[in-house]
Amino acid sequence: MAPLEAASVTVEFAGLRALDDVSLTLGPGEILGLIGPNGSGKTTLVNAMTGQVPVAGGTISLGDAVLTGRTPREIAHAGVSRTFQIGRHFDNLTILENVATAALGKGAPVRVALERATALIEEFGLGRRLDDLAEVLSYGEKRRVEIARALAGEPHYLLLDEPAAGMNEEETESLIEILAMLPKDRGLGLLIIDHDMGLIMRLCERLHVLASGRTIAEGDRRTVRDDPAVIEAYLGSGSGDA
Amino acid sequence: MNPVQFVLDVLSLGGAYALMALGLVIVYGILRLVNFAYGELIMVSGYTMFLVSGSGLPWLAMAGCGVIMAIAAGIATDYLAFRPVRAKSVTAVLITSFAFSTLLQNAALLFISPRPRAVPLPELFSRTVEFAGVITPVRNLITIAVAVIMLGVFSWLMRSTALGIAMRAAATNFRMARMMGIPANLIISAAFAISGLLAGAVAILWIGRIGTVVPGIGLQPLLIAFIATVIGGMRSLPGAVVGGFLLALIDTALNYTLPQDLLKFRDAFTFSLVILILLWRPEGIVRGPASGQRT
Repeated sequence: MAPLEAASVTVEFAGLRALDDVSLTLGPGEILGLIGPNGSGKTTLVNAMTGQVPVAGGTISLGDAVLTGRTPREIAHAGVSRTFQIGRHFDNLTILENVATAALGKGAPVRVALERATALIEEFGLGRRLDDLAEVLSYGEKRRVEIARALAGEPHYLLLDEPAAGMNEEETESLIEILAMLPKDRGLGLLIIDHDMGLIMRLCERLHVLASGRTIAEGDRRTVRDDPAVIEAYLGSGSGDA
Repeated sequence: MNPVQFVLDVLSLGGAYALMALGLVIVYGILRLVNFAYGELIMVSGYTMFLVSGSGLPWLAMAGCGVIMAIAAGIATDYLAFRPVRAKSVTAVLITSFAFSTLLQNAALLFISPRPRAVPLPELFSRTVEFAGVITPVRNLITIAVAVIMLGVFSWLMRSTALGIAMRAAATNFRMARMMGIPANLIISAAFAISGLLAGAVAILWIGRIGTVVPGIGLQPLLIAFIATVIGGMRSLPGAVVGGFLLALIDTALNYTLPQDLLKFRDAFTFSLVILILLWRPEGIVRGPASGQRT
């Protein structure tokens, strides 16, 4: 599988530069952490990579296929899926049906879609709740259903926007276990946005740091963690002098 | 009042109402837009049957032509009235759907006639049978049977097929469904086609009560469908069915109980009850998905 690549991506909202010349590569079977302070453009980058916001400059590609300017649906079909910071579910569909939609959207026959969805839901520890409506789930359960749903489309790359937000410690722990297995089991490339540095440090070998829409550091997690520019972006300038 | 008679009346009227309401709500659920040209699908079906009445075809084939034309008209509504302006504004779609409705009605006025035209009906429709001690028209039993079969097939379609699950997903959150890779235009066209199929079935059952078709025949079914979906719950398919049967229950109960000289004001009593139901449950009896944003 070819890598998913964003090259010199720039996104503008009414003249305001939300992303400025950001380049990022995600390889198959890799977990990349995308971190940065609030408003640094992390979600915007994911939006751009999945076709939800238009890019003002740069290209997004999957191997030879250019994804820039394609619709979210075409990008999903190309093999790039995502989850949202605020979970979006089909509230009046059962959990099984929710997860199956992604497989159906990719053209899987209904029986295959339901089987695949059942297996995924069991893997995510919600096997007993297959026929419950999605609206009755707890917050943490909804996040898991959302990830399972994205996986049901059998993507090559999955972009997770704050998957652990709002989860308690126990739920976060089981999420980390599931996420850690995905690249190995499926050759899936994962990009994770999260503010929980514990989760990021445990899952990601490589980090990419944004601040004010620009890349300020990237590379191995230890190097990035100790980078003075990263510390400054998180803690604010002048903190070192105090 | 014979209770068997009463139940048969409610079920046969309710079956027709429920099918009408479903045909309207299937499109509303996905697009959050009322198709005001819905009644004209019933009209198209009626006139098709009138036009093929001299052809010598067996009646079932003529009825089939009527249903097929209603489906075609449903899909045409999507392509001509909805799709070109769907992305622009709600107002634009409301106006184009009104315009399409007026256009079809005037075409019928101009090219056929403003006067009622007889629609071929099998002799069976005008016969009566004795059922559990009461004498009832056969068409009432046919209506009940058709409604039961169609509601059964419809609920199977919505629950167990890829199209049904995709349609319900699109009705809950259209944008998200698109992101899942579900083809939006295909889903919308399918909704219009199903709406046309239901309108075609309704046309046969409804015209079966009257025997003739006029250009304005669609207005009453549209109104009934609209009221039924409002009291049943605009966003819910089961709600449309519940609303249809409830409205039929109200209508029939009033028919049985109102004194003769008040009967001509029946609709006033019906609407008063509808208002009371809405005061009690403003969102309708069956609540649909909470996220109801138009896309």
